[in-house]
Amino acid sequence: MTHVVVPRIDAARAWRDAARDLLLSQVPPQEVTWGDTRQDRGLFDTPGPPGPARPVTGSVTVPRSFLQMADTVVWHADPARFARLYAFLWRLIEAPHLMSDRGDAHLSQLRQMEKNVRRCQHKMKAFVRFREIGDPAGPRRSFAAWFEPTHHTVEPTAGFFARRFADMDWRILTPDISAVFEDGKVRFEEDHPRPDLPDDASEILWVTYFRNIFNPARLKVKAMQSEMPKKYWKNMPEAAAIPDLIAGAPARAREMALNAPGLPPPRMAAVQAQQAHLTSAWDGPADDLPRQVSACTRCPLHRTATQAVPGEGPLSARLMIVAEQPGDQEDLQGRPLVGPAGQLFDRIADDAGLDRNGAFVTNAVKHFKFRPRGRQRIHQRPDAGEIQHCRWWLEAEIQLVRPAVILALGATAALSLTGSGADLMQRRGNVETGPDGIPVLITLHPAYLLRQPDADKKAAATEHFRNDLGLARHMSENTVFPRTHA
Amino acid sequence: MSQVIAPWFLRTYTEHMVKKTLEQKLAILSDAAKYDASCASSGSTKRDSRGGKSLGSNEGSGICHAYAPDGRCISLLKILMTNFCIYDCSYCINRVSSNVERARFSVDEVVKLTIEFYRRNYIEGLFLSSGIIRSPDTTMLDMVRIARKLRHEENFRGYIHLKTIPDAAPELIEEAGLLADRLSINVELPTDASVKQHAPEKSPEQIRRAMADVRLRKEVARDRSHTGKRPPRFAPAGQSTQMIIGADAATDTTVLGQSTRLYASYKLKRVYYSAFSPIPDASSRLPLISPPLQREHRLYQADWLLRFYGFDLREITGHHQSGNLDLDIDPKLSWALAHRGLFPVDVNRAPRELLLRVPGFGTKTVGRILSSRRHRSLRYDDLHRMGAGLKKARAFITAGGWSPGALTDSAGLRARFAPPPEQLSLF
Repeated sequence: MTHVVVPRIDAARAWRDAARDLLLSQVPPQEVTWGDTRQDRGLFDTPGPPGPARPVTGSVTVPRSFLQMADTVVWHADPARFARLYAFLWRLIEAPHLMSDRGDAHLSQLRQMEKNVRRCQHKMKAFVRFREIGDPAGPRRSFAAWFEPTHHTVEPTAGFFARRFADMDWRILTPDISAVFEDGKVRFEEDHPRPDLPDDASEILWVTYFRNIFNPARLKVKAMQSEMPKKYWKNMPEAAAIPDLIAGAPARAREMALNAPGLPPPRMAAVQAQQAHLTSAWDGPADDLPRQVSACTRCPLHRTATQAVPGEGPLSARLMIVAEQPGDQEDLQGRPLVGPAGQLFDRIADDAGLDRNGAFVTNAVKHFKFRPRGRQRIHQRPDAGEIQHCRWWLEAEIQLVRPAVILALGATAALSLTGSGADLMQRRGNVETGPDGIPVLITLHPAYLLRQPDADKKAAATEHFRNDLGLARHMSENTVFPRTHA
Repeated sequence: MSQVIAPWFLRTYTEHMVKKTLEQKLAILSDAAKYDASCASSGSTKRDSRGGKSLGSNEGSGICHAYAPDGRCISLLKILMTNFCIYDCSYCINRVSSNVERARFSVDEVVKLTIEFYRRNYIEGLFLSSGIIRSPDTTMLDMVRIARKLRHEENFRGYIHLKTIPDAAPELIEEAGLLADRLSINVELPTDASVKQHAPEKSPEQIRRAMADVRLRKEVARDRSHTGKRPPRFAPAGQSTQMIIGADAATDTTVLGQSTRLYASYKLKRVYYSAFSPIPDASSRLPLISPPLQREHRLYQADWLLRFYGFDLREITGHHQSGNLDLDIDPKLSWALAHRGLFPVDVNRAPRELLLRVPGFGTKTVGRILSSRRHRSLRYDDLHRMGAGLKKARAFITAGGWSPGALTDSAGLRARFAPPPEQLSLF
């Protein structure tokens, strides 16, 4: 009898060498016993190769698929693995096609062992849990894990960890062989005692994640256990949470199903309003725009106003006049700039030689915003959100008309067209840049003139206003601005 | 042309955000992410960190680092960047009208969690999704920033899956595809009509255009330039999508028809089916039932038959008048029972296509049968060793030492596989 000792470290190469020598020496399987270093030799065994006793030369040819299988099977925990491999190899030399016969009982068993080892390797890649043992701020971080594999899988799997965690030191300690990776090199050590690893703060976060990614409405404990057998649980920090999660799941799922839907949170309206302005530009047919404006519900103003007031005037107008918002009269009549301020505008425009009917007249905000007081409706200035929502419509109108110049009446119009409604008194008479580069002439709103109690100031402001309207007329007649109709 | 005038959104964030710890945020934002079924980390380019300058590797096959008690694999750190959302999709726990608690990670927090989890071997990488905040572009930009920081500053070579926002700018999608292994866009529901009904802000056309765009970019990235240089690979692990099952009235025929079109049109790697699961603070527009897990399972089986077993859509659903799959038995068995005239099949002679149609035979078993029978005639016992599920297969095959006799045509054959009729539950 020949006895071959395969060492625990580098077993794959040792078995291959021994098997090749035995084959070349024509030693049949029944005359060999195999063991690793922990097993004692039989009473009548003689030490076999590797050794100088029988010098062997030459080579044997076996299918590559067998070598791949053998390289895996040698790591199986079954003490008979070396003998089984050699016995099959002995048959294979005579019948190379055996490798493709999955019905063969012997091969089938080896394939099963191969599968077990591969699965164990896979589980090791998955379930090793490192804890930090070095200084987290150090130049090279250092981690360690305690793992209990079913088969001798540390050595064939260490390469995976070396390829993955190359920029840190790590060690995977097991009751069998341990792998230590330092400064880019792996070494294997035998019989490490179980270490006492320090606590790791990231473990708490990981368990938090594990608890929350689980959906209690889909409890499938068997599916979990078949993939993550209980034998691995003791070295996985998250596993401690499992019994609790399972026990609480039915109640949590029931609670979810029974919980009546709550009222939407108050911020919802604001969020949806914000979202409305994100949608791209209006692109319907031109004659449909007034109807679309009338149906607008983009902001809450539509609930209290009588109607939305779309712009009016020829689509070929070179001048666009943008006022603030409809007032009491405009809201009732459904036409822009027809109330007291509108009438004042018309009078001054006449003086300045500006024909309002040749211009496109509209508002920055299309619905009337007001506060009821007794039997009156008190005008309220639209806020930034309402202006923002309505700018969508204003932009649509600008796209349709493509005016050469826009006249902005008052702060609201200025804000909507230029992004700022501040310092109007300083800015009036200025030409600024509006949407698509169209020039915007800033002026006061005629309602300002109506409200001005001081007669001198009123006269001065009216004079300014008249000049601005004159300038608007002049610009609309003379400005060369690339006007392209879509 | 759009300037945002009122920065109310930022205000809302800070008010919410001040007090939450990283752990609290993680709890909220992983809870918010769990309704996404995908956790795959397979099929990307092979790479590793040898040389010691980087961290992480990808070796082709994915690894499930843990399993939750719902039986699902945990392979990636699957989180939302934020669960604030301006959309109101009725099936989603993060919709604007839901009262769920809100949180938002900073870019650095996501990067740190990913790296620290990865170093401890908890995960294969990151699956980042997000509610839509402010605008699709802002949201996508933050996600790209996270991926950029992981790749370029942390030298992370693990897996990154980004959920793309359909309306985001093309430059952002382009960069996302170069940084991530996989991009995905959820079609959400099986029909355009249900998307419009349940996700009013989403546009099915836009979603399809986005998937088409990813496919085109992937294909362009495959072509060498005239100097023979290969451009950087775009989303090497491909794109996937998810459909929610059971939230609307769509039949399995509709669902599978949709996924067949998606596979063909956009070369998707996977279509995930997610049984609609009741969510906390659910919308009243949705059925409050336990998730149709069995239906989800049957759809996956049918999906596999379509992709790997040479089945045609009509063959799978054609013999069910309801348009739905048989819940009691798997779709292959169901097909075989409806086509008993083709059986029994002789395992020693039948062509590959027919062997693939035998219930209980998988693609691997069929491969083993084909290679083994070249050398000898196969017996019934051999099949067991080749991994065949003989409990199902035996009625449909003949082999050395075995003939099913009258079993194939027996009236009680279906009853052998279907679960016993269940008494209606009162609850």
